[in-house]
Amino acid sequence: MGNVPGDLKYTREHEWAKRDGDRVRVGITDFAQEQLGDVVFVELPKVGAKVVAHQAFGVVESVKAVSDLFAPISGEILETNAELPQKPETVNKDPYGKGWMIVVKPSNPAELEQLLTSQQYEEFVAQGGGH
Amino acid sequence: MSGYDKLVFELSSPGRVGFSLPESDVPGPPVAELLPKKFLRGAAAGLPEVSEFDVVRHYSRLSRMNYGVDTHFYPLGSCTMKYNPKINEDMARVPGFARLHPLTRAEDAQGALRLMLDLAQMLAEIAGMDAVSLQPAAGAQGEFAGVLMIRAYHASRGEKRTKVLIPDSAHGTNPASTAIAGYEVVEVKSLPNGEVDVEALAGAVGPDVAAFMITVPNTLGMFEPRIMEITEICHAKGVQVYMDGANLNAILGITRPGDLGFDVCHFNLHKTFTTPHGGGGPGAGPVGIKAHLEPFLPTPVVVKDGDTYTLDWKRPKSIGKLQAFWGNFGMLVRAYTYIRTMGADGLRSVSDNAVLNANYIMKRLEADYDVSVPGPCMHECVLSARRQKKQGVAATDIAKRLLDLGFYAPSTYFPLIVEEALMIEPTETESKETLDQFCDAMIQIAREAKDNPAIATSAPVTTPVRRLDQTRAAREPNLTWTPRG
Amino acid sequence: MASRYIANTVAEQREMLRTVGASSIEDLLVKIPPKARLSRPLALPPALAEGELVRHMRELAARNADADRYACFQGAGSYDHYVPSPINHLISRGEFFTAYTPYQPEASQGTLRTIYEYQTMIAELTGMDVANASIYDGASSLAEAALMAHSVTERTEIVLARGVNPLYRRVVATYCDGPAIRLRDVPAPQGVLEADGGAKLVGKKTAALVIQSPNFYGCLEDIAAAAEIAHAAGALLIVVADPVNLGVLEAPGRLGADIVVGEGQGLGVPMSFGGPNLGVFAAKNELVRRMPGRLVGATVDRDGQRGFVLTLQTREQHIRRAKATSNICTNVALCALMATIYMATLGKQGLRRVGELSAAKAHYAADQLSKVAGVSLRFSAPFFKEFTLRLPKSPSSVVAKLARKRILPGVPLKTYDRALADCLLVAVTEQRTRDEIDAYVAALAEAVK
Repeated sequence: MGNVPGDLKYTREHEWAKRDGDRVRVGITDFAQEQLGDVVFVELPKVGAKVVAHQAFGVVESVKAVSDLFAPISGEILETNAELPQKPETVNKDPYGKGWMIVVKPSNPAELEQLLTSQQYEEFVAQGGGH
Repeated sequence: MSGYDKLVFELSSPGRVGFSLPESDVPGPPVAELLPKKFLRGAAAGLPEVSEFDVVRHYSRLSRMNYGVDTHFYPLGSCTMKYNPKINEDMARVPGFARLHPLTRAEDAQGALRLMLDLAQMLAEIAGMDAVSLQPAAGAQGEFAGVLMIRAYHASRGEKRTKVLIPDSAHGTNPASTAIAGYEVVEVKSLPNGEVDVEALAGAVGPDVAAFMITVPNTLGMFEPRIMEITEICHAKGVQVYMDGANLNAILGITRPGDLGFDVCHFNLHKTFTTPHGGGGPGAGPVGIKAHLEPFLPTPVVVKDGDTYTLDWKRPKSIGKLQAFWGNFGMLVRAYTYIRTMGADGLRSVSDNAVLNANYIMKRLEADYDVSVPGPCMHECVLSARRQKKQGVAATDIAKRLLDLGFYAPSTYFPLIVEEALMIEPTETESKETLDQFCDAMIQIAREAKDNPAIATSAPVTTPVRRLDQTRAAREPNLTWTPRG
Repeated sequence: MASRYIANTVAEQREMLRTVGASSIEDLLVKIPPKARLSRPLALPPALAEGELVRHMRELAARNADADRYACFQGAGSYDHYVPSPINHLISRGEFFTAYTPYQPEASQGTLRTIYEYQTMIAELTGMDVANASIYDGASSLAEAALMAHSVTERTEIVLARGVNPLYRRVVATYCDGPAIRLRDVPAPQGVLEADGGAKLVGKKTAALVIQSPNFYGCLEDIAAAAEIAHAAGALLIVVADPVNLGVLEAPGRLGADIVVGEGQGLGVPMSFGGPNLGVFAAKNELVRRMPGRLVGATVDRDGQRGFVLTLQTREQHIRRAKATSNICTNVALCALMATIYMATLGKQGLRRVGELSAAKAHYAADQLSKVAGVSLRFSAPFFKEFTLRLPKSPSSVVAKLARKRILPGVPLKTYDRALADCLLVAVTEQRTRDEIDAYVAALAEAVK
């Protein structure tokens, strides 16, 4: 299952969300990057684009698999990680740090409360909700 | 295997020639003066400069870095890697076929047109269908054509249906072809034994469903026991049923898609009908239909008018065209040659022995590998390397180890619904000795997995290259040679 | 009767059945519902022994007017270019033609390396960054390019110059039907794209402008001008080109093409009544992840040795399934291999010579044919190895008369464009001798008297 930091929120699609004032940073979990294998490509939306909670905002590819990336919350894209196109392996090496993907300005902050806590996410994965 | 590592560009030497062309025998200025400069290339294209012998030696050496059916047992599931008869190659090269231009008028192409119509009729008989189009270039194009015809059919009846149901065990071309045809793909979960969940299907078919697409036998090598119920349930709701004919090698002369209730099916001539795989094609994917879909066939259609064969272009309801011309004629010649060689009894014998061979392998390996579904199987069996995975040897490691033991590997990780899947299709052209050698090797690998997993995980070691860095190839794509390499 | 393609003898079958625990093969078919079983043998003609079969096939073949016995001046997307002798020998090596798709790269380095060479040579000829391992033919390649342009730009229209092969346009229409992409056509009354016409139709909804050069009528098009029109509107430029011509003609990539497609049959693939052919597909680097078809890439193995693999496979159907860039699986790898060996054999100087000879002979033929009373060149635009003749008598009747003299004079254009009902499309390759051309001229003069 890998690392599941306690101070983050999670989704059943294996994204994490970290709140920082009125900005929310999003990436994929250690479990997700392990399942994917070596990440070779990440497709992210443009700054300014709108995202909707639980709808796809991008794609992450490994050699043998492709996964949609699902937004944990709705809002507007403020920033995308410019390092990922050149160095997709960062997602594998540091999924919660330098491997972040987007920063969102939430349109409905209440949605954050509906996300899973680290404990709930750990249970979800342990029950086989990952594959 | 050889240790050769050159590309043709690396053999190039300026001024070397490999060609032989005559001098111009017509008067007139050179091209540079015939055409305005803006149309002309400046420097010559950077193609290699090698002698003819360089070419022959280079490509001969490269060929020796390949495993082919001619040299190795090739049990890829659902690919039907059977012997490719040499007579097929001779016939395809007869100048009256190979040197015939496609736009030659019908009067001067009667032999070709007759061959096409006769082949279409033989395939229709084999599949229990009313008509066959030979135009699709491969199975995926056959699927695309079939789905488009279904779409045209519903449209002609004023019905707007937006979904197509496809099992989760289906080959990837099924959902891909369906999506391009403009449909929403709805995945239908199979039962744990790989069969269609008929009750779930009955719940899913409705007025917004255009078709149900299924492979028979299925991708676990099993005949769908409730298939006739399935086609009836679909038809009761106006849903068309499509059969992916990739596994036709199991049922020739035994049962037919048309008799099972299917409205459309495609054939893979490069599987069942021995046209060679060529390293990835060319193939041919003719599509067979029941009469109600006839108006929608791709254009043109080969017809017989009295004693003359022609191309019928007056097809107002046709779905259109898939290729510029009439189909992969060179592959049609090969398939025609094969069917005329085998006859009805021969084709029945093909399936009987394909089924026997697959069951023999399954029986010999069932002690050492998990069988995904209890037998008997049809022309292929799916094993799971679940046990071996626990010992540290995955399906891919087994595949690589087989290469060292002199076999091409079976398909791995397909179908998606079986963990560590190994899909094995021996075909009827293999002898018992070969099957025994393969089974002995598989049993050896299972034993090695217990005692020394590193043998498999470090395989292959005898091939020209060892395991390749796929990640690097995807992260830093290098798709064309440059002088630096 | 035993079949030479099936090894199992009756005795061996019995032994195997014993191992399996079945008493007959029928026992293995038990899951098939009885009412689904065929109750009779298939109604097929009786099996032929090899000698009988050969006789039958030769008899069928003899009824076809092939280019070994007739002088072939037919083109329109399939050409009688000479196929050097090594090609057939090399591609007939069992390790090449009986191999499968190179999914196990360690056992498929032969195929993978030849595809990498093919990709390189096509990219070089077309002036593009990357080429795929092949699509089925020029028409389906163009259709895939149209779908790709739609996906990349998210726009819903494709504008085609009228000079694009009409058979290709039909295939594009078939492929564009599902995604509801609209096709629009720019007229070509002078045989080439009208800049004004193009600019009017190409706009915000245009995913791509498609131009073919030389076009269906044989006329050379101004690709650079078309590129300007397309790019000004934010659309892609798709160029349809015959790679054989690119030994002499400028690479479309250097003239502004975003995608280059075309028919590679002239590069050593037999005409074979229209198939199998060779769909060429090349694009700029930034579009590589949206490309259809297989791609081979270079990498290294565990020991650091150079090796080749299928790469960027997540675009493809076996991984991406419904969201794949294309549904293509089997393509035409062996035809691509023929082309690779052809391009290696002809090489830098040879491919140029093929183009020069074809153009020289075509211009001589056009010159001589248009001197026949009543015959003229339909268009004044420059041409390469193909041109459109206007005839004073019905082209079909001319074709019928010249067939008796073992000449295939060209393709009547009536079925493609009623405005050209009096026209014949004539192609001349390096294979046509001066004697053949002169005989054609004489026969034509006779036929239109």
